[in-house]
Amino acid sequence: MNRCALFLLALPLMAAQTTVIRNATVLTVTKGTFQGSILIRDGKIVEAGEKVLVPDGARVIDAGGQYVMPGIIDCHSHIAADSINEGAVAVSSMVGIEDVINPDDPDIYRALAGGVTTANILHGSANPIGGKCQVMKMRWGKDAQGLIFEGAMPGIKFALGENVKRSGSPGNGFGASPGLRYPATRMGVEDVIREALTEARAYQKEWRDYQAKVDRHEQAIPPRRDLKLEPLVEVLEGRRYVHAHCYRADEILMLLRVADDFGFKIRTLQHVLEGYKVAREIAEHGAGASTFSDWWAYKAEAYDAIPYNAAIMVRKGVLVSLNSDSAELMRHLNTEAAKAMKYGGLNETEALSLVTINPAKQLGIEKRVGSIEPGKDADLTIFDQHPLSNYAKVTKVFIDGELYFDRDKDLEERPGKETRKKALIDKLKSEEKKERKKPEPADEKKSEEPGGVE
Amino acid sequence: MRTCLALLLAFGCVRAAGPETILLRGGTVHPVTGPAIPDGSVLMRDGRIAEVGVRIALPKGARVIELKGLHIYPGMIDSSTEIGLSEIGAVREMNDISDIGLFKPQLRAATAVNPASEHIPVTRANGITSVITSPGGGIVAGQSVLMHLSGWTIEDMAVRSPVAMRLEFPRIQTPSRFGGGEAPGRASAYTDAKKRYEQQVRELNDFMESARRYQQAKAAPGPDFETDLKLEAMLPVLDGRIPMLIRAEKEKTIREAIAFADKQRIHMILERGVEAWKVAAELKAHNIPVVLPPTLRLPEEEDDPYDKPFTIPGELYKAGVKFAFASFGPGAEDNPRNLPYDAAAAVGFGLPAEEAFKAVTIYPAQIWGVGDELGSIEKGKWADLIVTDGDPLETRTQIKQMFIKGQPVDLDNKHRRLYEKYLAR
Repeated sequence: MNRCALFLLALPLMAAQTTVIRNATVLTVTKGTFQGSILIRDGKIVEAGEKVLVPDGARVIDAGGQYVMPGIIDCHSHIAADSINEGAVAVSSMVGIEDVINPDDPDIYRALAGGVTTANILHGSANPIGGKCQVMKMRWGKDAQGLIFEGAMPGIKFALGENVKRSGSPGNGFGASPGLRYPATRMGVEDVIREALTEARAYQKEWRDYQAKVDRHEQAIPPRRDLKLEPLVEVLEGRRYVHAHCYRADEILMLLRVADDFGFKIRTLQHVLEGYKVAREIAEHGAGASTFSDWWAYKAEAYDAIPYNAAIMVRKGVLVSLNSDSAELMRHLNTEAAKAMKYGGLNETEALSLVTINPAKQLGIEKRVGSIEPGKDADLTIFDQHPLSNYAKVTKVFIDGELYFDRDKDLEERPGKETRKKALIDKLKSEEKKERKKPEPADEKKSEEPGGVE
Repeated sequence: MRTCLALLLAFGCVRAAGPETILLRGGTVHPVTGPAIPDGSVLMRDGRIAEVGVRIALPKGARVIELKGLHIYPGMIDSSTEIGLSEIGAVREMNDISDIGLFKPQLRAATAVNPASEHIPVTRANGITSVITSPGGGIVAGQSVLMHLSGWTIEDMAVRSPVAMRLEFPRIQTPSRFGGGEAPGRASAYTDAKKRYEQQVRELNDFMESARRYQQAKAAPGPDFETDLKLEAMLPVLDGRIPMLIRAEKEKTIREAIAFADKQRIHMILERGVEAWKVAAELKAHNIPVVLPPTLRLPEEEDDPYDKPFTIPGELYKAGVKFAFASFGPGAEDNPRNLPYDAAAAVGFGLPAEEAFKAVTIYPAQIWGVGDELGSIEKGKWADLIVTDGDPLETRTQIKQMFIKGQPVDLDNKHRRLYEKYLAR
């Protein structure tokens, strides 16, 4: 009996070690498209080709008529976090998403069911310099630690324009403080960023001076640690990526100038809806651009947004990705990519790159994910039709070679879940009935309404 | 100078002489209400579809447009937009959707539609030829308009105004975290919201009662009869000439709205209806059509199946409920051009593809009472047509040409212009 149970427990683990997906149309994104198989072992892609030998004991998944693409990567999301905006201060680099990861957020599973395997979870856009970002894999069921994309480059959110200015406008208290918060203009936004980086430079020097003394074996007192400036020193030293929320061409150029002056690179411009107007400058700086496919006109700075943005920037040599910034859009980034074919004429591979290898490069994780190549993590999404079709749906998603989403299994489990849910509701109802039969509590006010605790 | 003026006048006269007669030839015609016609033709005259078929004799003076290898479909209809009333969502000065007050049936969306809105050419560029635009806010929000997405003035554009009276059915609304006001956790928040809701239901019923009495008084006006613009505006609803477009999301509200429409003996179109699937049998029994919320949205409840919003259209189809897709809803306000993709999203999850396309063409036309004027390629209807290189529900398909009221429509728009300008930079 015991041995049997052990064997059963070990079975899924063993089976997970070697998997072959076969008979699929494989969209590698970087190495062309072919009809064939993918061999997965120990969480990695071992082989992908037209003919792949199936090792003994391997789990075989027949994907006849289906399409396999690399797991989709979303360069801008706010799911799986308990809080997003620390808006009380203009520089909130001391806070980070890592500390507020919520592994129970159903949006993780929903994103997974949309084929997403990796996402960059960012702080909000309430301040010129926001909090630290966290790259995650959609390992639904794992704890907070288990979601973290181990080894991904750390990042930080910057933000420009309307959202930032809002806290400086009367009647628009964003965050904790109901009063006004500097800055209220795009001029002030630049100033706040320059001030913070100037401070960071001085702080960096303090540490360098200290280190020099230590190296010379002189007596030295270490500087006091500053948790706000530490991440900014990492930015100055190229050890932390800046993901900067921006809309208008002028503010994009402002930020690139600031970064040039301080000697670091903006890793990605986020949203960057007017990026198409200054694509040449963005390419020259070497910043990536992560944009929406076709949102526009929801606020003044989005009035010149065009769905051709991604295509123009690609044509002008910018590394471009499409992001969601929304738990809903995140579920169909594959068809968002198709819009770059419609608007601006990208080809299939260029379109798919926008949600796979390009965001992987922007996040510095392209050696691990973003395409179907031997040696990479087995993060794969299977669609029943071509993923650039609006009729396609996800059937299976693998992360690190493990099956994290299986539509058949999801459908199979639904009746059981419904039964359990109903049983719980019935139980609650019968308990409530029993409650009601009890004599009224002395202090009626206390239990006036459900949920009214405070 | 004078000759110049004369020439201009003459030119003007020529243009005003009447719309061109156009024969579309050689494309695959998809009438929607009948089978596809390969190598088919459509003749458009005086704004209407004059003939549809395989071989149509070329009338004198008609222009021929050859469409070999392309497809001809009816233009799509978006049943819920803010087009013309809102230019930039976050800029108050550019919004005319929601006025002050709870009962404002006298307000007409058609009055405030800006025919020069950039949203019009942007939206039609993806094959949408007409839309419903409605006022919002309060309880009786005002009169919706059904309009073509082409024209110099609302008179050119309007197909029906009013096409419906929009009612946002009262519901219990506790203050949200971002809604301001009282803290959501406060013990009395729910009680207050419930009281407010009950008060609003009473006010709504009283208002309907007043409108009915006004109707009676007007039928036999006494010497002291006075015109009341608010109540006057309700007469087409009470006479059954226009339906009430009733926004109700949750099952409870939908049921209350159905009971309300029953009691008031008015025609009802259910709008939003995110839980319409829970009331499908009643909707079917009462013959109430549904304007759906965007398919591409998140499930309403945490424990809903992940694909719930995608399966609902298929469920309603199986239950025999008539519905139309619409683009307006949370997170989708500014993109009516994506209407076809909301329709497509339901296809993988139980809705036949033909039904999905019908729900952006002929079904909305029927729901809005213009089933004999719009929504399919049939003789006598407005010639609102699109020419495509493939399935209009697929993103990769391009809309090549468009005709509204039988005339070619410019597919250029702000986005295309900025694209060309900056691509050339």
